[in-house]
Amino acid sequence: MSETAVPPGSRAFEPLPQSFDVRNAEPVSLAGLTLLVGTKKGLFYLTAGSGRTRFALSGPAFLGHIVHHAIVDPRDRRTLVVALRTGHLGPTVFRSTDFGASWHEASKPPAFGKPKDTRRSLAVEQVFWLTPGHADEPGVWYAGTSPEGLFRSEDGGDVWQPVSGWNDHPKWIEWTGDMAQRNPDGSPIHSILIDPRDARHMYFGTGSAGVFETTDQGASWKLLNTGMLSPGGPDPHPEYGYDPHCIQLHPQAPDLLYQQNHCGIYRMYRPEARWVRVGDNMPRDIGDIGFPIVLHPRDPQTAWVFPMDGTDVWPRTCPGGRPAVYRTRDGGESWTRLDAGLPPRAWYTVLRQAMAVDTQAAVGVYFGTTNGEVWGSIDEGERWSCLAVHLPHVYSVEVADFAR
Amino acid sequence: MKVVIPSVLQSYTRGARSVDADGATLADLLADLDMRFPGIRFRMINEADALRPHVRIFVNREAVTDLRCVLSRTDDVVIVQALSGG
Repeated sequence: MSETAVPPGSRAFEPLPQSFDVRNAEPVSLAGLTLLVGTKKGLFYLTAGSGRTRFALSGPAFLGHIVHHAIVDPRDRRTLVVALRTGHLGPTVFRSTDFGASWHEASKPPAFGKPKDTRRSLAVEQVFWLTPGHADEPGVWYAGTSPEGLFRSEDGGDVWQPVSGWNDHPKWIEWTGDMAQRNPDGSPIHSILIDPRDARHMYFGTGSAGVFETTDQGASWKLLNTGMLSPGGPDPHPEYGYDPHCIQLHPQAPDLLYQQNHCGIYRMYRPEARWVRVGDNMPRDIGDIGFPIVLHPRDPQTAWVFPMDGTDVWPRTCPGGRPAVYRTRDGGESWTRLDAGLPPRAWYTVLRQAMAVDTQAAVGVYFGTTNGEVWGSIDEGERWSCLAVHLPHVYSVEVADFAR
Repeated sequence: MKVVIPSVLQSYTRGARSVDADGATLADLLADLDMRFPGIRFRMINEADALRPHVRIFVNREAVTDLRCVLSRTDDVVIVQALSGG
């Protein structure tokens, strides 16, 4: 990664035509290894050249839209699904089946059904998270929203239906809490994980209750919070009331779960059903607060996190203003600081969807920042290079490996 | 009747600033708009049938929030999208 792709910062101003399509500011034809960068103002692409030594920036698509998540379908490696909204219009989903050349809005975006009891009507504020379904269920997708709704599509993201087993659960209000107490962007469902051995076995996280698990594809749910710590409250180990920022399931060892929590880094061997706080092994002056955690695609003992400052008033910036990724090679028993190439001082945050890995022999690790930068390493974090600057606030970075 | 569409929704109307639609009530009019321009209603009205924040609909210069508002063919309907924030 000796060269840096810097986005075109100054294009001659051209007045918008009377009729224009906001979906693609420029024609794109995506191919190969590409980073899908969702930002506060649109979707950008960083396409890797040979050897990942250069990344070419293109886009934005959906200029002016808040793009929370953009994912390529790993089952066909050409279909893209994007969760977005503008600051003031309702949330929706767009799909492309031609490598991003054209886009079509979902004919029925995720939306709550009418309440089946005395609850007040709910309305989706954000489609926050997207997960492609199990490999044996082509066309199936899941979406997590704020307020905490779970939705399923069986046709590639065109028609979305509520997952009633969650959205109408009798304990939904108890688990999700008081609407008035939600965080500024709403408490979303995120980290929707599907067991590669069993499409009916799934997990997700919420910012208000913790980790949930189903073994009947969403018809029923149970909490999976044992072992987590809830500091500051009257009960350090309540049944629910945790904030798992990001959960990962290892694709090669699906009984192994990792979690970057609001308060700590955890690991769980599912048969033991107990979270173990491996973040206690992080340096004391760094702590184990953060948003993202990503896993090595083949080695279940290797993971990367991007710590943030959880002291005092919780600035949630790089601890000490010194950005660094931390990596474990032993399942969290020890952690190594990786900051070669990163700036000596920076005050950004890396959000939960904004860190990703590829599946190359030497794994590429990528992250996007709240000040509009994208960074990457093609040697598993040993050395970092800046791939893009001057983008809007980055919400998500996902790796797409297009089938051409 | 004539319905004025704000710029943020003109991607649905293929760039048209003003379109024709029919309806005996505002709810009917919005349903007709959605038939003609699929998806446009949900961007303005949530699944609880409430106007989204920052969306205003004026009928003959009067702001209307009740979708049961009765309309006539000669009414002027203006949809306005307010913006705030950066």
